[in-house]
Amino acid sequence: MQSTARRFTTNVREALHDDKLQVALARFPDGFPVKRRLAAERLPEFDALRDDAKAIKDHVLEHLDYYLERFEAKVTERGGRVHWCTDADEARQRLVALCREAGATIVTKAKSMIGEEIGVNECLEEAGFTPVETDLGEYIIQLRREPPSHIIAPAVHLSKDQVAAAFRAAHTDLPDDRPLSEPQEMLDEARAVLRRAFLASSVGITGANMLVAETGSIVLVTNEGNADLTQTIPPVQIVIASIEKIVPTLEDAATILRVLARSATGQDLSVYTTFTTGPRRPGDLDGPEQFHVILLDNGRTRMLGSEFREMLRCIRCGACINHCPVYGAIGGHAYGWVYSGPMGAVLIPNLIGEDEAKDLPNASTLCGRCEEVCPMRIPLPRMLRQLRDRQFEAGQTPAMFRFGLRWWARLARWPALYRLATGSGVRVLGRLGRRKGRFRTMPFAGGWTGARDLPAPQGRTFQQWWTAEKGLRQ
Amino acid sequence: MSDGRERLLSGIRDSLGRGALDADTRAALERRLRFPRANVVPARGQHGSRDALLAGFITEAERVNTSVQRLPGWDGVATAVADFLRAHNLPQRVRVAGDALFKNVTWSAAGGLEIEAGPAEAADTASVTGAYAGIAETGTLMLLSGPGSPTLLNFLPPNHIVVLPEACVVGTYEDAWHRLRAEVGTGIAMPRVINWITGPSRTADIEQTLLLGAHGPRRLHVLLVDGASPAH
Repeated sequence: MQSTARRFTTNVREALHDDKLQVALARFPDGFPVKRRLAAERLPEFDALRDDAKAIKDHVLEHLDYYLERFEAKVTERGGRVHWCTDADEARQRLVALCREAGATIVTKAKSMIGEEIGVNECLEEAGFTPVETDLGEYIIQLRREPPSHIIAPAVHLSKDQVAAAFRAAHTDLPDDRPLSEPQEMLDEARAVLRRAFLASSVGITGANMLVAETGSIVLVTNEGNADLTQTIPPVQIVIASIEKIVPTLEDAATILRVLARSATGQDLSVYTTFTTGPRRPGDLDGPEQFHVILLDNGRTRMLGSEFREMLRCIRCGACINHCPVYGAIGGHAYGWVYSGPMGAVLIPNLIGEDEAKDLPNASTLCGRCEEVCPMRIPLPRMLRQLRDRQFEAGQTPAMFRFGLRWWARLARWPALYRLATGSGVRVLGRLGRRKGRFRTMPFAGGWTGARDLPAPQGRTFQQWWTAEKGLRQ
Repeated sequence: MSDGRERLLSGIRDSLGRGALDADTRAALERRLRFPRANVVPARGQHGSRDALLAGFITEAERVNTSVQRLPGWDGVATAVADFLRAHNLPQRVRVAGDALFKNVTWSAAGGLEIEAGPAEAADTASVTGAYAGIAETGTLMLLSGPGSPTLLNFLPPNHIVVLPEACVVGTYEDAWHRLRAEVGTGIAMPRVINWITGPSRTADIEQTLLLGAHGPRRLHVLLVDGASPAH
C-alpha cells in the first residue's frame, strides 16, 4: 500500500476538520476500552496470562529459525506447501502465480493486515483477477477504495449513511427504491452479495492470527465467520502470514487467545477460532484441494536484530490504538499507512523507513496508556522515544527545538543556576498571567499556543514543591 | 524458491547474532513441542463438580447468545429439533451430519421432519451437527471436521443446532487439548479443521452496532444431552 505518512500534518488537519470522522471517533471511548476493562476484571488471571503470553513470544523470537522450519515440515507432512518470501514483491509474484495456476477469476479474501501491507487487492486487480474482501468492514472500505482506519474495525470511521451510499453505488443490480437505512438491512444485503462471491470464487486468501509449529496448523480468529467460508469453499486456499506469527504448541496458542479477544473487543473469545491443518483429506466432503502458506518477512528480520525486536510480539489486537488519545483525536487514516495509533507509530517507520514517517513517533503524548493495556507488554513509549532519539542524533529535529534543548541541557548542569532561572521564571509568568490564569500567546511557543492556551504557573516550581512535599512526608 | 528460504533463515540467524542452533538446544526445543506444557490456566473453567461444570458451561454459552436446552436422554433429540424449527417459523427440514452420535437418534420420532445428509448447500435453512467437546471456560463448542462432519455445516445454514453429550463438557481449553491428544492425536491424525465456536456469528462493523448473523449462523442452539456419548 502507498504511504501518505509524509504528509502527516496535512492528514491531521483534514482529520480534525472532518465532521463525520469526529462523530465516529466520539463514539470510541465508550466502546472497546470499557469492554476491555470489564473483560479483564472478569478474569483474575489476566495479568499472569499476559506475562505468559509475552514469555511465549520472546522464546519464539529467540528460536525463530527453528520454529519456522518445524512449521514448514509439519505443513508439508500434511500435504500443504510453504513458500518463503523475503519482501512484498516476491509475495505478490507468488500470489499471482498461484491464482493463475488455479485459473481464478473471483478471489475471496478474509481480512489480513499483511495483505494490506503488500497491497494484495491492487496487485490482483492489475493481474486481471477480481478480489473480494469478505469481512464486512473491509468490504465496505474496498467499495470506497480506501485503506482501513483501524486494524480490527476497518470501517469504524464511517457513518451508516456513508455505508448505504457505497452499497447503492456498487450493488446496481438491486432495486433503487429498496430500504437501506438501518445497519441490519445493510448487513443482509452484504451477506447475500458476498455469499454469491464465495460460491463463485476459486481461490480463498486469508491471513493467520497464529501458526502452530507443533501441528503445522494455522489459527484464524473472526466474529463473522467470513474467514471460515473463505478457507472452506474455494478449491485453493492461500494463507499469507508474517514470520513472527509462530507459536510452539496448541497450549501456547490457547494462552495467547485468552488475552487476544479480551484486549481487542472485550470478548472472552472471538466467535470463531479455527485451527486448520493442510488441505482436504480423503473422504472429506468439503475443504480446499490445495493449501499454500506464504511466509513473508517484509522487514521483520531487520527488526529482530534491532532495539525494536519486542514489537514483533504484537498480536494486532488494537488495544493500544483504542486507548490512544492521539488516535482518538485524528483517527487511523492520518497515520498514512496500514497501521495506526502507537503500534503504527512504531511499525510504520520500521517497515517503510524512518524518513518516510518522521512525524509519527512525535505524534504521541507519551502518556503510557498503550503500554499499560498491551497484552504482550510491548514498551511502546520507550520505542517512540528511541525513534525520536534517532531523529535527534541524525540532526532531523527542527533547529529551534535543538537550540532550546541544548540550552536547557547546559542550564540543567548547574543546579543552583537552574533553580534560580526556573524560580524567577515561574514568579514572573505567574504574576503576568495572574488575572486570566492563562496565556493566549507566548514568544517561542507558538506551536503550543496556536491550538490552546498556556496555563499560567501557580505558586512554586516543581523542585520547590518536591522539596516541601518530601519534608512533609518525613 | 529454496533461495528465499535460505536467505530468510540465514537473515534470522544473523539478526539473532548466532549460527545454526546446537544439538542440545534443538533437543530441548523438540521436547517442548513433544510434551506440551500448560501455561497459567484460569480458575474459571475448573469446577469442583460435574453439576457446577455443566452450569458453568451453560452460563457462559448464554452470555454469548447461544441458547442451551437440556435433554434427559437421546429420545428427545428429534422432537427438540422439530420444536426449535417450529418456534422460529422455519421449514421442517434439516441437513444432518453423519456423526456417530446420531446412531442413537430416531428422527422419525418427530413426524414430518425431513432429514438430508451430505455437505451443506446454499439453500439449507438449518443444520444439525454433533460436537466433540463443550468448553465451560467460555461456553465454547469444539467441532472436528471429518467425512461425517463437513465444516460448512457449521457455517452455511443460518440456523445451527449442535448436539452435545453432557459427558463431553470439559472445563478449560487445556482439558480439550488433553482429550484430543489422548483420543484422536495431534500428529498426522489431527483433524483437518478444528472449530471453536463461541456464540452465533456477529459483526459490529457499521457504527459499532452489534448484529447477529454476519456470514455464519444467526442462531446457535445447543441440545445438551444427558447420558454417555454413544461414540465412547
